[in-house]
Amino acid sequence: MTNRRDVLKAGAAGAAVLGFPAIVGAQSAPIKIGHLTPLTGFLGALGEYAVMGIKMATDEINAAGGVMGRKLDVMSEDSVNPATASTKAQRMLEQDKVEFLMGEINSASAQTIMQVAARHKKLFLQIGARSDVLRGKNCNKYTFHVDIPVTVMVNAAGQALLRDGLIKGKRVFCLTSDYLFGHDLSKAAKAFITANGGTVIGDELTATDTTDFSPFLLKIRQAKPDLVATNLGGNQVTNFVKQYSEFGLPYPVAGFNLNTADAWAAGEGNLAGIWPTVWHHELDTPGSKAFVAEFRKRYGKPPENHAWIEYVSLKIMAQAMNATKSTDTDKLIAYFESQAEFDLLKARKGYFRAWDHQLIQEAYPFTVKPKGQAKDKWDFLAFGAAVPAANQPLEVINPPKDQNSCSFA
Amino acid sequence: MQFLFLLEQVVNGLVLGGYYLLIALGLSLIFSVGGVVNLAHGAFYALGAYVSLEIAKHLGFGAAAALSPVAVAVLGILFERYILRRFYNADPILSLLVTFGLALVAEQAIRMIWGAAPLPAFMPAAFKGNVVLGDFLFSRYRLFLLAVVATVLAGLWLLLHKTSFGRVVRAGIQRPDMVAALGIRLQPYMTTIVMLGVGMAALGGALFAPIAMVHPAMGAEIITVAFVVVVIGGLGSFWGVVLAALLVGVVRGITIHFVPAAGEASMYVLMFLVLIFRPRGLLGERIEKFE
Repeated sequence: MTNRRDVLKAGAAGAAVLGFPAIVGAQSAPIKIGHLTPLTGFLGALGEYAVMGIKMATDEINAAGGVMGRKLDVMSEDSVNPATASTKAQRMLEQDKVEFLMGEINSASAQTIMQVAARHKKLFLQIGARSDVLRGKNCNKYTFHVDIPVTVMVNAAGQALLRDGLIKGKRVFCLTSDYLFGHDLSKAAKAFITANGGTVIGDELTATDTTDFSPFLLKIRQAKPDLVATNLGGNQVTNFVKQYSEFGLPYPVAGFNLNTADAWAAGEGNLAGIWPTVWHHELDTPGSKAFVAEFRKRYGKPPENHAWIEYVSLKIMAQAMNATKSTDTDKLIAYFESQAEFDLLKARKGYFRAWDHQLIQEAYPFTVKPKGQAKDKWDFLAFGAAVPAANQPLEVINPPKDQNSCSFA
Repeated sequence: MQFLFLLEQVVNGLVLGGYYLLIALGLSLIFSVGGVVNLAHGAFYALGAYVSLEIAKHLGFGAAAALSPVAVAVLGILFERYILRRFYNADPILSLLVTFGLALVAEQAIRMIWGAAPLPAFMPAAFKGNVVLGDFLFSRYRLFLLAVVATVLAGLWLLLHKTSFGRVVRAGIQRPDMVAALGIRLQPYMTTIVMLGVGMAALGGALFAPIAMVHPAMGAEIITVAFVVVVIGGLGSFWGVVLAALLVGVVRGITIHFVPAAGEASMYVLMFLVLIFRPRGLLGERIEKFE
């Protein structure tokens, strides 16, 4: 599959070079940016939103005159899998001479790109992968992380579960996706449940290609838990949610990972429970409203959280280049580490933590509107208030330094 | 108690096997008669799901489940007449390449028409929820699914074993040269077989849409399972495929009961064991043209 696609792409690229040689070398050269995200496979749907978001930001920035008078030239490509992601990242840095790398959703692919970035001493803005180890044990000083780590997701949904009395003194049955991200999520979830007085009575691993969850549903019925908590990823969440609703089990369900695209795919009437998100399209801030309106006008549907995060990520890079008047890796790193603030279209601004390079920002729990209240097929989700509350520091939902083994030394 | 839980997994596995059967039977028939491994079979499954969503928007679930397989079966006729037909007597690698290419084209076409984002699909409210029979819990919808599969299975068996059409097809599997010598052209039969096989795959897609995610790569997901079932069951054997589908479902259920993480790997282990002890599959017949 990869080969065929690569051949086609090479052919298309070749045609483009032959067809339009005149543009090359006009005025000041554009700033080249390498962008990798999964466009096929179990995260492909999210990657499609990611490309929409970064395209929209590119067009806005270029229409306003670019950065330092230079246009942005973002090359978006399918990262396919960890091995291909690494090869493409290397090619982008060595042959295409991009100034820095951006993107990713898959934690395993993000990991390999991080290594390439460190080897080439170039910046990688890791946008959408959430595994804790990327900004923990395996962190490096060339990589900055935009999306919330799994600990934050667990805290965001967990606060809502605590409020509804579903953790303290309750028996919780977990279902975990059997790969890096799922294991990370499971670890954080169990720590949260135990710390808040709940008991984990079971944690079952499921292969990432599981489409039928019926044997697991029977096991849940046998265990008779007070709460079913899922640590699943990608397609799995949607499949599980649909089948949980199909079987009509009476136990409340919650999960520590669900992208709005997966929620929309489950559909009204199938989705139930409490989930976390990093951003949502109903956020009541002037910035988000303007972004959502423009996105809807452009693409005819509301943006998913991956569209938003790619959009603000390019704006973050533009702000950093404008402020340092440079594309130099060391200067950009110094700027981010100065804890400069960025407008994330949320109520509070965000900043990168200097010692683990994690963007510190608000998160939100969400649940489902009562039947009949949805205005359209995207409108059935009910979003909760931002976590942490306005009177608490943003950092409290992130892993503290003594629980994070990140070191740039 | 432990035994009862296990039994529940076995019964549930049988139900799931019924669904695998819808996809695997067509794949097996097309292979047995035409000698072509149709790697595009999963694409028809995906198309069945997507077309059913379009129909359901206007005519509801029942009409969608009935009409989508018909619409896709028509596509199957075109597929057989203009593409597959050229490869019956060719090197198998050619038909593999062509059907694999077609699967990629179909997946991208779905992505272009319906978008990469997965689509929601719904079942009628009456099918939602469960039925408890004795100590066993069943999803109502899956019981309905099982009834549909049983009906299709009975119909197909009657067609293959009680009609003159079926006699020609069965003879065509074993001795296409003799059939030709008797003055019977196998091609129109092959068109019908492909139409039926593809229609069953589409029915599987339409019926599974309400309980699994509808997304462009869903065809690639199912083709592997269907292929494993066909290999375990053995070529040319109707009951072999039935047995294999049920066995794969049951083994998966039992594995998840004891070692949940190995659930998806269990069918490959099963295939491995079957191939060691019965290289032709459980009930596979000796087919001269493939020897």
